[in-house]
Amino acid sequence: MKVMNFVSNIAMPLIILLIVIYGLKEKNKVFDTFLEGAKEGLEITLSIFPTLIGLFVAIGALRSSGILDIIIHFLTPILNVIHFPSELMPLAMLRPISGSSSIAVATDIMKNYGVDSSLGIMASTIMGSTETTIYTIAVYTSCIKIKKTRWILAAALTADLVGMLASVAICRFMS
Amino acid sequence: MLNIVWPIFIIISFSYAIFSGNLESLNSSIFQSTEDAINLTLSLLGTICLWNGIMQIASKTTIIDKLTKVLNPIIRVLFPDLKNNPQIQQEVSMNMIANILGLGNAATPLGLKAMKSMQKENNKKDILSDSMMMFIVINTASIQIIPTTVIAIRNSLGSENPTSIVFPVWIVTICAAMARNTSNKAINKNYKKGEIII
Repeated sequence: MKVMNFVSNIAMPLIILLIVIYGLKEKNKVFDTFLEGAKEGLEITLSIFPTLIGLFVAIGALRSSGILDIIIHFLTPILNVIHFPSELMPLAMLRPISGSSSIAVATDIMKNYGVDSSLGIMASTIMGSTETTIYTIAVYTSCIKIKKTRWILAAALTADLVGMLASVAICRFMS
Repeated sequence: MLNIVWPIFIIISFSYAIFSGNLESLNSSIFQSTEDAINLTLSLLGTICLWNGIMQIASKTTIIDKLTKVLNPIIRVLFPDLKNNPQIQQEVSMNMIANILGLGNAATPLGLKAMKSMQKENNKKDILSDSMMMFIVINTASIQIIPTTVIAIRNSLGSENPTSIVFPVWIVTICAAMARNTSNKAINKNYKKGEIII
């Protein structure tokens, strides 16, 4: 437990430290370079802002209208079989499809059940350890006009499922 | 995709709210949601700018070249078909490094370039080759070393320890990567036997 926390906490500062030292060692103008990158970050974030507004409203409406509770209620008995919390189901379903809508759902889960609660940590782990699988496959196969994809979607989605179950398991183990 | 999903969400939740009389909470949630989106964007803005700046420093150094060399043995194992093609190997490993460092915007163009190069070597142009499958599978695994977006979200919601999820994320990424490899291999094996053709 302590080791896990230590590794988690040291990872980011250590990487930043190493990169800055490396940049200095190779005699780069590190701060000017940093500014270039940071400026680009501004454009990236602003470009996803409209998507986030649209999706936050849609996900917020799903929750406040009460329909999400009904969906969760119906899913609970099925999901209990594999010990998967039904509150995380909307995230599990949207994660492979769309990056920005999974950001919206994950934020919604963390906000409603507590960001440091076990559901909040599970949602964070799922977000950090899985990708927008369907989107990625679509982009990579369509760029070279491949028709026969040899069940790659099934393989990738199976792995996503394993990742989600593993997220839940490790967060249970940690708490 | 969102052109389908988004209207579905709006239609089912708004019409359910009208029928069930939850209109008050729906109305307040609409405005609350736009506020939440702004708060999250502001928080993301800080983290993404910082990380992008740091990674810009990294991309100006020789770190990426060196990491590419470190990856070479792994790439030889994962992509046996590419052993006579150092150019594609290079493209594949640059894409992987970009993914590991969380440079999503750089990773996709590099990845598409690698796919195009692999297509040139592909014997059957309408079917994915083994190396292409492996390459896509790796790209659907989130091999990012620091999950910056999640950390930013956690930070914006006032988490006591936003980075506490880094280590669990690594463990899960490894589990999922193994599952990816296994399911991919299983499918490839059956495919070669001619049992599965889609």
